[in-house]
Amino acid sequence: MKRIEAVNDFVIKFANVNGSGSASANELFAKAILRMGVPVSPRNIFPSNIQGLPTWYEVRVCEKGYLGRRGGIDMMVAMNPQTWDADVAELHPGGYLFYDSTRPLPQEKFRDDIHVIGMPLTEICNAVYTDPRQRQLFKNIVYVGALSVLLEIESEVIEKLFAEQYKGKEKLLASNVQALHLGRDFVREHLQAPLGIRVQRSNKVGQQIFVDGNSAAALGCVYGGATVAAWYPITPSSSVAEAFQKYCAKYRVDPQTSRNNYAIVQAEDEIASIGMVVGAGWNGARAFTATSGPGVSLMTEFIGLAYFAEIPVTIINVQRGGPSTGMPTRTQQADIYSCAYASHGDTKHVLLFPEDPYECFEHAAAALDLADRLQTPVFLMTDLDIGMNQRLCRPFAWDDNRQYDRGKVMTAEELEAGRDFGRYKDVDGDGIPWRTLPGTHATKGAYFTRGTTRDAYARYSERGPDYVYNVKRLLKKFETAATLVPQPVLRKAARKTRLGVVYFGSTSPAMDEALEMLAEAGIPLDAMRLRAFPFPDSVAAFLDEHEEIFVVEQNRDAQMHGLIVNELNVDPARLVRVLHYDGTPITARFIAKAITQHVHAEVVTPKRKARETSRESAA
Amino acid sequence: MTYLAKPRLHHPSLTANKVGYTRRDYEGKISTLCAGCGHDSISAAIIQACWELDIEPHRVAKLSGIGCSSKTPDYFLGASHGFNTVHGRMPSVLTGANLANRHLLYLGVSGDGDSASIGLGQFAHAMRRGVRMVYIVENNGVYGLTKGQFSATADQGSKSKKGVTNSDSPVDLVAMALQLGATYVGRSFSGNKAQLVPLIKGAIAHGGAAFIDVISPCVAFNNHPGSTKSYDYVREHNEAVSRIDFISSREEITVAAAPGEVVDVRQHDGTLLRLRSLQTDYNPTDRYAAMSFMQKHQALGEVVTGLLYVDPLATDLHTALNTSDAPLNGQTAAQLCPGAKALEKINASLR
Repeated sequence: MKRIEAVNDFVIKFANVNGSGSASANELFAKAILRMGVPVSPRNIFPSNIQGLPTWYEVRVCEKGYLGRRGGIDMMVAMNPQTWDADVAELHPGGYLFYDSTRPLPQEKFRDDIHVIGMPLTEICNAVYTDPRQRQLFKNIVYVGALSVLLEIESEVIEKLFAEQYKGKEKLLASNVQALHLGRDFVREHLQAPLGIRVQRSNKVGQQIFVDGNSAAALGCVYGGATVAAWYPITPSSSVAEAFQKYCAKYRVDPQTSRNNYAIVQAEDEIASIGMVVGAGWNGARAFTATSGPGVSLMTEFIGLAYFAEIPVTIINVQRGGPSTGMPTRTQQADIYSCAYASHGDTKHVLLFPEDPYECFEHAAAALDLADRLQTPVFLMTDLDIGMNQRLCRPFAWDDNRQYDRGKVMTAEELEAGRDFGRYKDVDGDGIPWRTLPGTHATKGAYFTRGTTRDAYARYSERGPDYVYNVKRLLKKFETAATLVPQPVLRKAARKTRLGVVYFGSTSPAMDEALEMLAEAGIPLDAMRLRAFPFPDSVAAFLDEHEEIFVVEQNRDAQMHGLIVNELNVDPARLVRVLHYDGTPITARFIAKAITQHVHAEVVTPKRKARETSRESAA
Repeated sequence: MTYLAKPRLHHPSLTANKVGYTRRDYEGKISTLCAGCGHDSISAAIIQACWELDIEPHRVAKLSGIGCSSKTPDYFLGASHGFNTVHGRMPSVLTGANLANRHLLYLGVSGDGDSASIGLGQFAHAMRRGVRMVYIVENNGVYGLTKGQFSATADQGSKSKKGVTNSDSPVDLVAMALQLGATYVGRSFSGNKAQLVPLIKGAIAHGGAAFIDVISPCVAFNNHPGSTKSYDYVREHNEAVSRIDFISSREEITVAAAPGEVVDVRQHDGTLLRLRSLQTDYNPTDRYAAMSFMQKHQALGEVVTGLLYVDPLATDLHTALNTSDAPLNGQTAAQLCPGAKALEKINASLR
């Protein structure tokens, strides 16, 4: 029988019942490997439920540092009888199946091309623990112990993690260490170890941090000076607001007065949330909300108001499977159109596309600056894959000399000096007018904010020329935005190529890996990672320089592709869609396969027919 | 006539208040509402109240929704920043603005369409949350700006101008406010300035969310026989629970009232509401008594007006959130940014 053999390069998947305490045990497993200097990227696959349904934790161990989902499973820890059949079927031939052998299972429940490792976990726990809750919780630690021997994960590393987690709680620490060794001892005494796949200490983690995107975005909002947050719970964005609350409670309480330099309101719905953000932004406070696709749909009226009345507003959209209620616990990048063009009439909004938690932090702070500078809504477009999974990334950085860009706000002194103030007047040529805040000056600077049309001095006007001046200025402002947003990241192939690929957001780790796979297979590509909309000039230039450009994204209707064609007037014939949208994170294998097939097909078939490539990914 | 500019000359009898402003300084643009519209009287009462309370006009933020009532902020306090938001959503925008700067006075003007139909949810949650604001609903039972459809406060059985009878039960915003925990609840009538002005003053001085439902007849669409919100109907059925004197904390109370005649309510900032009760045993500090009094009298077809309920010591959302006294919109990076050293510690905890 084949035996999968790999050191620091395998995928192990845990199948659990959610609410059973497995999450923290599995995280411990992942962290232990990280502490041994080997990069891991774990992903939660959880159901839209609270307790009792299946949940999976898929961990890719990869010394090379590829953090995208690989596809395929080398080892399955099958702790959920409900999903047994599918879990066993998913394993690669020659892979390893670890399970609780307390109750015997019939032979047909297994396969003859995989290695089965049975351990009577329930029996072991029942012998040692009497309390049912303990029996449940410690079972997870026992299997982590077992795995640590099977995969050669150093027990000292795990014990150090326990010591950090249970600092000051001696009893808990002792019982967890005991459970760990229960598992270790059993394997040493009764099972063959190590397996073909195993971990070996390395030094590829370095200074990287391990954090989820939602916490990073929240921290970016703290550092970026947000003082008002209004939100409504929705999967997968609730943890942004919760993290913001935690960070503020720690870092935003005045040491002298014990009063809070922030205000967070859990509103009655998304409409009230965005309304509060609009009011706060109008009144000069940096404000944000965090939501997902359905929330943005509710918010569109206010987004249009903020666009037309020119009010700074930051919206964090942690995208999930759509449309409608869609797949609340799965990932997609399917809100491009609905955010770029949110609301009726002619609107265009700034979008930022962070690739990982490091950029979630950076871009959240940048969004707050951009919203103030541009006086317009700014969307931080992350997704469930980035937001709700811990990812290895560069450590957060902040320059203490950095100032907040509060934008063009006229002061009392300037008004007093008689400076001309037209709320919707372009005086600097960048399309961005000046504004005043309520309460600034006794007799000068007040004006009415409305969603209706007006002249440059905020006086209601239905005259055609006034309206055209206003909306053309908004376009000018959008051009200015293209120079201020995070610029795309270019990665050129080792040799000259006529092929390009454009991608963004959570596609990036899979793309990094795919580019290397493709280069090795003789298909070099120049790659451009978009980080914002509007598209800076370098994007059009990149498209001009290549005969054919693949646009890789995670939605059915090729929305980024559509945005590019619509905004840049590129000939669609030169763009090839690569679409993945089944709710799982895109893999390098998928990207490489799609591109390779297209390139090979082109050799045989005319270009016109081979233009479109879109596939569903295998689970 | 709205195409005539306002005269610049002041009447010699125009006096300045304690902060140096005359009543003209609290005015806005000329109203474009119908001649005789109740809303214009409410605007006049707001102007009067702000002048009498020595409020600096620019220290007010006036917000509204969409509708005839929501146009009125243009017609008062021209030196204040105003915000016409979107239909039914003024409360959320006002809440956000309030959070950004707790030291301005927030006036939220709305209509019955704006607050009792599309905005019913935001009205309710603003009352629950206790945002410090003066929430005035200019209630005429119709959608004036879109030409006369029934609103949700139209009484059951009342007739529209075209003769259609309303079959739906009305929303009673005052009853809802009481039920939801609002801490200052009043009802008045645009034609009764003597009652309305002190009610607004008390609301301005109130520490929490202050709600006033002002019946304001629509001369274009709801002032005919069969309407329960016309000038005639309200005048005939008005049942005031008290006359209100508003006494600022700086004034001396020179005349002592006979016991039993007067209910004195002192608010958190020292202002005094002296309520001369016109109903035996009406106690405006008993919420549940107020609710049952109102329901009993409304069943008899009476329009109960006055200060219906007040919790004089009510505090607001800022108190509940324990926000800093210095406005959030004025804080700098020094106060808001934890700095590079703290970030290094956070990084270390994530390895």
